[in-house]
Amino acid sequence: MNLITVSGPPSSGKTAIILKTAETLMQRGVKIGAVKFDCLHTDDDIAYEKAGIPVKKGLSGQLCPDHYFVSNIEAVLEWGLKEGFDLLVSESAGLCNRCSPYIKEIKAICVIDNLSGINTPKKIGPMLRMADIVVITKGDIVSQAEREVFAARVHTVNPTAIIMNINGLTGQGAYELSTLLFDDEKHVDSLKGRKLRFSMPSALCSYCLGETRIGESYQMGNVRKINLEEN
Amino acid sequence: MAGREYLLQTTPLRLLKEFPYLKAFFAGQTIDLTTRNNVPLQQILLEMDEESHEEKAFDTENFLNQLQDFIAQMQSFLGQDKNLVDYLTILPGHDKNGNAENFKQLIFKKSTITSIVGPTGSGKSRLLADIEWVAQGDTPTGRSVLVNGEKPSVDWRFASGKKLVAQLSQNMNFVMDLSVIEFLELHARSRMVANEQQIIQRIIEAANDLAGEKFKADSPITSLSGGQSRALMIADTAMLSSSPVVLIDEIENAGIDRKKALQILIGEEKVVLMATHDPILALMAHQRIIIKNGGIYKVIKTSDEEKSMLKELEESDRKLQQLRSRLRSGEMLTAIDQNNEKE
Repeated sequence: MNLITVSGPPSSGKTAIILKTAETLMQRGVKIGAVKFDCLHTDDDIAYEKAGIPVKKGLSGQLCPDHYFVSNIEAVLEWGLKEGFDLLVSESAGLCNRCSPYIKEIKAICVIDNLSGINTPKKIGPMLRMADIVVITKGDIVSQAEREVFAARVHTVNPTAIIMNINGLTGQGAYELSTLLFDDEKHVDSLKGRKLRFSMPSALCSYCLGETRIGESYQMGNVRKINLEEN
Repeated sequence: MAGREYLLQTTPLRLLKEFPYLKAFFAGQTIDLTTRNNVPLQQILLEMDEESHEEKAFDTENFLNQLQDFIAQMQSFLGQDKNLVDYLTILPGHDKNGNAENFKQLIFKKSTITSIVGPTGSGKSRLLADIEWVAQGDTPTGRSVLVNGEKPSVDWRFASGKKLVAQLSQNMNFVMDLSVIEFLELHARSRMVANEQQIIQRIIEAANDLAGEKFKADSPITSLSGGQSRALMIADTAMLSSSPVVLIDEIENAGIDRKKALQILIGEEKVVLMATHDPILALMAHQRIIIKNGGIYKVIKTSDEEKSMLKELEESDRKLQQLRSRLRSGEMLTAIDQNNEKE
């Protein structure tokens, strides 16, 4: 079974891209399963089911979705192996710009959209910088110039990635993406001992554990203070 | 070629001098490399502690790989001949039912227009996608695309900034909050063109020539009218886009001189493909492709009879345009013929 991880800011078009791409793969007889990681709510599992793709969803609730992802991806992989998929797609929303959801040697795709603003590529950390493929969506509603500028900005922060413009509504470009995703020769049987490409954002303070009160005496653990002194 | 050792021993200041385009790459990093301009890169990287790596989400290995890649890609990009596509050739594949396409080869030359007709869902986008992906018999249609008669390099698929097809459609809008001149400067810089101001001036002039109402260089792009936006997009795509092929998905028949728009694209040596069901636009093309059931069903060369029909169509179009502008200025819509000579 192949495993790919897809990530990107909320509403950038991850699910649409995966569904369009899966459609062309399924036509070629590739058996696909999906798992959707999100934070509070998702209806995307319904969209997967509708497309005939077996799906599991995981909501991280009050936890960092990245941490939740990495603590569960192994079990999810086992589920995929048991179901006998040829390709398992893990989709997770990048909720903070410091997200780092990729695993070494597991194909990583970042989905980002043209409407998010030209300074956005610079603001996003490992999720964009360490992806193997960057898919840019919503190119059908902005001008050619803006598409070119946006792609150039993405290129400066990740020159190694393959950058593709794909239309999540019509699926233009999805077939092409699909050819880069599935490799018959490749098999991932276990994730044990594999490493993340970059450490995940850390957060371990009293508020992570449910503290709601404001004030110095309630702050424990990894707490940092804003610098208001200079300038 | 810049080896890793060399890069590590060199200071950011010298790297910028040697590879000026690194300015954008350095600016895209989460760490500031310019504050210690005179210190070799290796030292800067070594002196970062574990915590600041975490803090800035900075990975040294990844950074060095990407730095090398970026320089290599830019060197090859800058060394390229800009007008590298003279013509594209499409070799036939098959339609959705597997019937072979009925042509030997289809050629799109630069400075020519090909119109594409066929109902929605007939396979127009697939044809375009085949070109964009420089298909090599490895797409659902089985078509192949040649560049200048030869099997093209995979760069056309994967190299950033080297895309075969630029697109213009009626649904496209400007979304950036910039003035016309700032917008064009941004585009020009991302393309790293040499004579930036000169090109920008040419684009603004051409766009103003296309649009009925003129706009100023300092107008915000989002405040332009539909016709002005389209005019600016066309002029910008013609003169500043790196892609040799331009696909147009209809051009609206208001607020813009469509004939001139096509002439600008041809003048900039673009291969123009135009999906349209407007008879005037379709007949302006040198050839027309009919798409049916996912395949290219027929290729028609625009005949002399059709060309003479185009004259008639243009004449009635001109009349309609006149009525439209008279309506706009509050006149009565009578006696078209009398005023025909004017304007």
